[in-house]
Amino acid sequence: MSSELPLLSLLIWVPIVGGLAVLAVGTGNNSAPAVRWLSLIVALVTFVLSLVLFFDFDRSTYLMQFVEKAPWVPVFDIYYHLGVDGISMPLAVLTTFTSVIVVLAAWEVIRVRVAQYMAAFLIMEGMMIGVFCALDAVLFYVFWEAMLIPMFLVIGIWGGPRRIYAALKFFLYTFLGSVLLLVALIYLYFQAGSFEILDFHALKIGLEAQILIFLAFLVAFAVKVPMWPVHTWLPDAHVEAPTGGSVVLAAIMLKMGTYGFIRFMLPITPDASAELDGLIITLSLIAVIYIALVALVQEDMKKLIAYSSISHMGFVTLGFFLVFTIFRDSGSVQGAALGVEGALVQMVSHGFVSGAMFLCVGVLYDRMHSRLIGDYGGVINTMPHFGAFMVFFALANAGLPGTSGFVGEFLVIMGAFKANFWYALLAATSLILGAAYSLWMVKRVVFGKVANDNVAALKDINPREMLVLGSVAFFVLLLGVWPDPLLEVMHSSVAHLLAHVTVSKL
Amino acid sequence: MEFTHPNFYAAMPEIFVLAMACIILVVDVFLSDRNRVVTYLMALATLFGAAVLTLTLHSSPTGVTFDGMFISDAMGDLLKMFIYVVTATVFLYSREYLAARGLLRGEFFVLGLFGLLGMMVMVSAYSMLTLYLGLELMSLALYAMVALNRDSVASSEAAMKYFVLGALASGLLLYGMSMLYGATGTLSIGGLSERITQGTSNDPVLLFGLVFIIVGLAFKLGAVPFHMWIPDVYHGAPTSMTLYISSAPKIAAFAITIRLVADGLGGLHMHWQEMMIILSMLSITVGNVIALAQTNIKRMLAYSTISHIGFMLLGILTGTVAGYSAAMFYILVYTLMTLGGFGMIILLSRSGFEADRLEDFKGLNERSPWFAFMMLIIMFSTAGVPPTVGFYAKLAVLRAVVDIDMVWLAVFAVLFSVIGAAYYLRVVKYMYFEKADDTAPLAASLDMRAVMSLNGIVVLALGVFPGFLMKLCADVLG
Repeated sequence: MSSELPLLSLLIWVPIVGGLAVLAVGTGNNSAPAVRWLSLIVALVTFVLSLVLFFDFDRSTYLMQFVEKAPWVPVFDIYYHLGVDGISMPLAVLTTFTSVIVVLAAWEVIRVRVAQYMAAFLIMEGMMIGVFCALDAVLFYVFWEAMLIPMFLVIGIWGGPRRIYAALKFFLYTFLGSVLLLVALIYLYFQAGSFEILDFHALKIGLEAQILIFLAFLVAFAVKVPMWPVHTWLPDAHVEAPTGGSVVLAAIMLKMGTYGFIRFMLPITPDASAELDGLIITLSLIAVIYIALVALVQEDMKKLIAYSSISHMGFVTLGFFLVFTIFRDSGSVQGAALGVEGALVQMVSHGFVSGAMFLCVGVLYDRMHSRLIGDYGGVINTMPHFGAFMVFFALANAGLPGTSGFVGEFLVIMGAFKANFWYALLAATSLILGAAYSLWMVKRVVFGKVANDNVAALKDINPREMLVLGSVAFFVLLLGVWPDPLLEVMHSSVAHLLAHVTVSKL
Repeated sequence: MEFTHPNFYAAMPEIFVLAMACIILVVDVFLSDRNRVVTYLMALATLFGAAVLTLTLHSSPTGVTFDGMFISDAMGDLLKMFIYVVTATVFLYSREYLAARGLLRGEFFVLGLFGLLGMMVMVSAYSMLTLYLGLELMSLALYAMVALNRDSVASSEAAMKYFVLGALASGLLLYGMSMLYGATGTLSIGGLSERITQGTSNDPVLLFGLVFIIVGLAFKLGAVPFHMWIPDVYHGAPTSMTLYISSAPKIAAFAITIRLVADGLGGLHMHWQEMMIILSMLSITVGNVIALAQTNIKRMLAYSTISHIGFMLLGILTGTVAGYSAAMFYILVYTLMTLGGFGMIILLSRSGFEADRLEDFKGLNERSPWFAFMMLIIMFSTAGVPPTVGFYAKLAVLRAVVDIDMVWLAVFAVLFSVIGAAYYLRVVKYMYFEKADDTAPLAASLDMRAVMSLNGIVVLALGVFPGFLMKLCADVLG
C-alpha cells in the first residue's frame, strides 16, 4: 500500500509545526481563546489524518507500510525512515486521539501560559508518533529522548506542589534508562552495518552479546513501562503532573516502553529473551500482584491510578514473554499469539481507560483542589452524570466484560494458561485485586452520603467534559464488545513476529 | 648558501591579522572613549577579512612552508574559520557588557586579536617551535585579558592563577618537547612521526617526553587532574573574558593535540591511549560530579567544560580518523554551546549587576519566553539530549569509542552524562519552574539579542540537520 501523501511525516510534523504556530499566536495579549481553538484544530487535523492511516492500512501483510525513506545524516548512515505495521499503527492512532482529548480537557482549566501548555502537548504528540513510526534506530532514539523535554516542562510548570521534584525524577530516571539503549544501538550498528531496525532484526548475534544487549534494552524500556522495581518515578510524576500530563503519561508514554519490548527486545535478542524470560515474567507478576496491593492502600486517587497502571502494564510485559514457555512446551506458537495480542489490546485499552480515570480525577480536582479520597464521598448525589462515567471507567479498569479492559486481560490470562497454570492463576488474581481497588475507591468517592459541604457544592460536568469523557467511554465500550477491528490489524504482524522470535539467532 | 623564498600565501590570514592588530593598536590611541566603536568595528572587519582570505586561499592544496614550520591544510582552515566566528561572537557579546563596566578599551580588541593570531599559529603549526610560539602568544594575550579589570581583586587573582599555572603547563610542554627532540633529533611534526615509525618508539626518553607533552596539553585543555585553574579563572574573570578563554582556545588546543599527539606521536598510540583513558574518565567524573554542587553558573559551566573535555578526549584516544573527526565535531559543538551559555549570562547582566548565580535565572520564562527557550535549547544540548546538536556530538564520540571495542568506556561516559543532565536541568528548573525575583526587563541591545537568538537557533538547527557539519569534520581529517 502506498499513499500519495507522506502520511506519517504529516502525522509527525503537523502537530510539531502546529505547536510552534500556537507558541507564535500565544505571544499576544488575550490570545488564550485563539490558542485553544488553534490547538484543537491542529489536534483534530492530526486525528483525522491518523484515521486515514487506520482505514488505508493493509491488514493482510506484516510488512511495513506507508514507508518513507530519505538520507538524513549520510556520514553516519542515519536515515529518515518511517513506516508502520500492525503493532505500531494502533498506537499512533491512540496518540492522536489522546491529544485531542488532552487539548479539550485543558480548555478552561489551564489559565497560565496556555500557549506554552498547548504547544508542549502538540510538539510531544508529534514526537510520540515519531517514536512509533521510526524505523531507523537513531531516529527512534531522537524522538524517544526529545519527548522528555516537553513532558519535563509540563510536569514542572503546571504540576502540583512537589512538581519540581517529580519533574527532575521523571527526567533523570528515564534519561538514565535510555542512555544504555543508545550504547546498545551503536553496538548493533557496528554489527549490522546500518541503523535500520529491520536489519537489527535479521542480525545474528551470539548469546553473550545478546544478553548484554537485552539487559541494556531492559533498563531502558523497563523504566519507561515501568516495571517493578524501577517504577517509583511514575507515582510521583503522575501525582504532580497536571491532568493532561497524567493522561499522556498513562495513555502513551508507558506504551513506549512496551512498544520497545516488542519492537527491539523480542526480535533483536530472541535467544536472550528466551533465556531470561523467567526474569521478566517474575517481575511482571510482582507488578501485577504486589503493585495492585499497593494500589489498594493509596489515599490519593492519582496515586491509586498510577499504581493500577503499573499493575496493568505488568500484564502487557507478561503477555509478551509467555511465548517462550509456550514454545518450549508445545513446539508451536499457536497459543502464544493470544498472549501477545492480548498484551497489545491491553496497551490500547489501558490507554483509554487509565487516561479516562485521570480525566475523572482531573474533573474532581478542578472543582475541589484535592485528590485525596478522604475529602470526597457521595459525589453521585451532586454530580450524577460524572458519577456514572467514573463508575463505568472504574469497572473498565477492573476488567469488566463488555469493556476494553476485559479483552486484553482475558486474552493474556488465556495465553498464560497455555504456558503455565500458576502464571495464569497469579495473573488472574489481579482481576480480583483490580476490582477491589477500583471499586473500593469508587465506593468511597462516588457513593455514600454527601461527605461535606464542599462535595455538596459540586457542580456536575459541563458539556465539554461530557464530550471528553463520553468519547473515551465510546471507545472503551466499542473495543469491549467488538475488538475485532483492532485484533485484525495486528494478526499478520504478530504472527510474523512470533515466527521470527522462535527462530534462534545463534 | 641558497635562500628559498617561503610561500607567504599559505600564511596570508596570519599576516593580515598581525598587520591589522598593529594598525588597530595605533588607531585606538587616537580615539576617545566615545569613538571606541571604531576599534570594535575594525576588529570585526579584521576577522571578516581573515575569513575571506582563508576561504579564498582554501583551494590551494596542503602546503608546508617556512622551512617545514607551518602547514596550511583543510583541517586548519576549518578550525580557523570557526575560531574567527567564535571570536567575532565574543566581540559582539562583549561590547555592551564591557562598556557598562568601563572596560571597553582598545586593549580588549587588540589582545583578542593577538590571542587569535596565537591560535591561528597553533592551528597551523607543523613544528614544535611554532606550536610553542603560537601557544605562548595566545596565552600571554589571555592572561592580560583576564587581568584587564585590574581594580577587581577576583580578576587579578584569577589572572595570577592563570598565569602561574599556564606558565607551569607551558614549561612542562616545552620540557616534553626538548625530550622528544633529544630522542629523535627533529622538531618537525612530520619528522617526529617518521622517526617514531622507524622504530625508536620504545626509547624511554621518548616516553618521558610523551608524558610531559600529555601533561602539558591536559593543563591547557583543562583535563582532570590538571583542571584546578579552570573554575577559579572562569569565575574570577569578567564574563566576556570567560567567554573568550572558554571557547576559541579550546579549538586551538584541540588542534595542537591532534598535530602533536595524533600526527607526530601517532606511533606511540598504545602509550598515550592509556593516559588519555585515565584523563578522560577522571574529567568526566570530577567535572560532572563537582558541577552538581555549584551555585554559581560560571563555576558550573567551568566544571561542565571539564567534563566536555573528557568526552572530547574519548574521541581522540580512539586513535582512528573517525575518532578524531568525532572529537573535532565535539569541540566545535562545544564552543557553540559555551558561547550560548556564557552569552546568556552577559545578556542577563546589566550595569552593576552580574547574572552569574543560578538564582539569577529564576523565572526567566516569565521575563522573556524567547531567551528562556534559547537557554533551554543550549542547556539540553550541553546535556546531550536530542534534538539538539549536543546529542550528535556525544553520538559521534560514542560511535568512535564503540568502534574500537571499548563498550565499557562508552557505558561509563553515558552514565556520567546522566549526572551531567541533572545540573543542566537545574538551570531549566530555575528558568521555567520558579518565580522571578527580579522582574527588570532585559536590557540587552538589538545586536546582542539577534546574535544570541542565532546562537540558540543554530544549536537547534544543527540538531535537526547535523549531517553537513559532521561531513565537513570527517572530510578535513579523511
